[in-house]
Amino acid sequence: MSTTTVETSAAVTDDGPARRPRRIRGREERSLAASLASHGILIAGSVVALFPVGWLVFLSLGPDEDDYLHPGGIWKKMTFDNYSFVLQHTSFFDWLKSSLIVSLGTTVLGVLVAATTGYAVSRMRFPGYRKFMWVLLVTQMFPVAVLMVPMYQILSDLGLIDSYLGLILVYCSTAVPYCAWLLKGYFDTIPFEIDEAGRVDGLSPFGTFARLILPLAKPGLAVAAFYSFITAFGEVAFATTFMLDDQKYTLAVGLQTFISEHDAQRNLMAATAVLIAIPVSVFFYLVQKNLVAGLTAGGTKG
Amino acid sequence: MTVAIDRATGKRRGDRAPRPGLGQRLKHSYQKYWYAYAMIAPVVIVLGVLVLYPLVYGLYLTLTDANSLNTARTIGVNHIDATYKFIGLDNYKDILFGPLSYDRFWSHFIWTVAWTALCVALHYTIGLGLALLLNQKLRGRTLYRLLLIVPWAVPTFVTVFGWRIMLSDGGIINSFLHMLHLPQPSWLEDTFWQRFAAIMVNTWCGVPFMMISLLGGLQSIDASLYEAAEMDGASAWQRFRYVTVPGLRSVSSTVVLLGIIWTFNQFAVIFLLFGPTSAPDAQILVTWAYYLGFGQQPRDFAQSASYGILLLAVLIVFTSFYRRWLNRNEQQLAI
Repeated sequence: MSTTTVETSAAVTDDGPARRPRRIRGREERSLAASLASHGILIAGSVVALFPVGWLVFLSLGPDEDDYLHPGGIWKKMTFDNYSFVLQHTSFFDWLKSSLIVSLGTTVLGVLVAATTGYAVSRMRFPGYRKFMWVLLVTQMFPVAVLMVPMYQILSDLGLIDSYLGLILVYCSTAVPYCAWLLKGYFDTIPFEIDEAGRVDGLSPFGTFARLILPLAKPGLAVAAFYSFITAFGEVAFATTFMLDDQKYTLAVGLQTFISEHDAQRNLMAATAVLIAIPVSVFFYLVQKNLVAGLTAGGTKG
Repeated sequence: MTVAIDRATGKRRGDRAPRPGLGQRLKHSYQKYWYAYAMIAPVVIVLGVLVLYPLVYGLYLTLTDANSLNTARTIGVNHIDATYKFIGLDNYKDILFGPLSYDRFWSHFIWTVAWTALCVALHYTIGLGLALLLNQKLRGRTLYRLLLIVPWAVPTFVTVFGWRIMLSDGGIINSFLHMLHLPQPSWLEDTFWQRFAAIMVNTWCGVPFMMISLLGGLQSIDASLYEAAEMDGASAWQRFRYVTVPGLRSVSSTVVLLGIIWTFNQFAVIFLLFGPTSAPDAQILVTWAYYLGFGQQPRDFAQSASYGILLLAVLIVFTSFYRRWLNRNEQQLAI
């Protein structure tokens, strides 16, 4: 109590004389200085956010692998040679194919397997529910190191090292529980009355799910699919270890091959990086609003 | 058939009438819940095969001295059988208390904790600051928002290489520092600067997620609360402290936990920034475990797996405490 009084009186003595003569500002209005400061910080932030990517784009236009040392020289000899070289003389399209196969495989499997589970944990309370949710949460925090060694052994026993299927299965170990979480979050936002109406009209729980809820949950499914795709696409550790044949490298592995201990083809690497970044980020921007909502609003009382 | 939909009323188990016998209970629960179990069956099976089985197998490997020289392998047409043997808890003993355990484990452990704490603190503060700025009425707000999430939109494995070129000797960052007559650290060689660079790059990568999530949280705070606070004469700081902070609490607790888990497990940034072999002192536990198991010859599978189990244990203990702490403060985790 006493502290508040002290604070207010202090505030009054501080601001009183200065503020009174001025025009009263409405809500959401700020002084010019505050606006300028906001813009200044945001511009600085945007520059920092954009610069490394922009720099890659810029370097990708320089024809020589040491151009990064003298970036000024690139202006005079800008060329798209790096791009044509990457597209024609490297395994770029093989890597792209591997990346797409693995990511799409993970996405389809992850969403298919997780969909019914997301619905069940959103709508039903069954013995073991809390334990099950806990398991789903814990599997998401597995460090790569936990599963990598045993997976490597198991997959080599099965002859699945260096195969797309092996990598898809590995990715599913994280994608499936994550999709289940995301989908639960989305199903939670669909009113229960819809289920009840379906049940009253004589649908079984499976019928309710398949005929009523699933069509309504398309945006949620899209978010889960997109999220699995992005994680699988950008995964580095397992892909680096499990893919041995350089025709089967995913893009994340292939990009590393430009920089070895002896030779660093930075110009080609930059061009490849840009080629990868453009479609992925366009895709990302198209769905990012849904993604954010899906990631954080999937509230649960676990 | 009874309906098990109870709208998440939070009804706990155990508030039912006297418990019938076990067989009866199983039968009852089967009849009542069979479709729930049928629906979660796919995930249970997949997790059992893809997570539980490797986990158990990994646990077993940590109790052996398996490495790439004594595990089963096929060279050409010859199949060599596994010859590793059971050694009990020796791996854990060796990692935690063995000779040089400080250099091999504890130094990396301390660095990992520091790395996680610093990165998440930076992610959160910068993310919150930017979110607050973006939450005002401002010309070009959408454009700023789109530009600021670039680091999230472009895959990490791409941007880290951009940073690697920028940070290398003679790269743009050192040229810039040279222009300002500042010292030019060798970012990718000195331990301290390696760590500095790693934190910097990871902060750059992680801020957009925090920013966007917190922005979502800010926008969901009821504007009338601010009006009321203003009517009562609350200063800008008081509005922040007593309206914004409590309003963000549930989003914050979730994104901070996610941030901690992701940063603790962050593999790509450190692995790609320094390459697989250099920078032994800047490796966090995850990349260090990877190095032990796959980056060196002979590959030490048992030790690597033991690191993995230890890491998982750390995370599980941490998350349990975090949840308990949240529950005590009457909050629920929204993941």
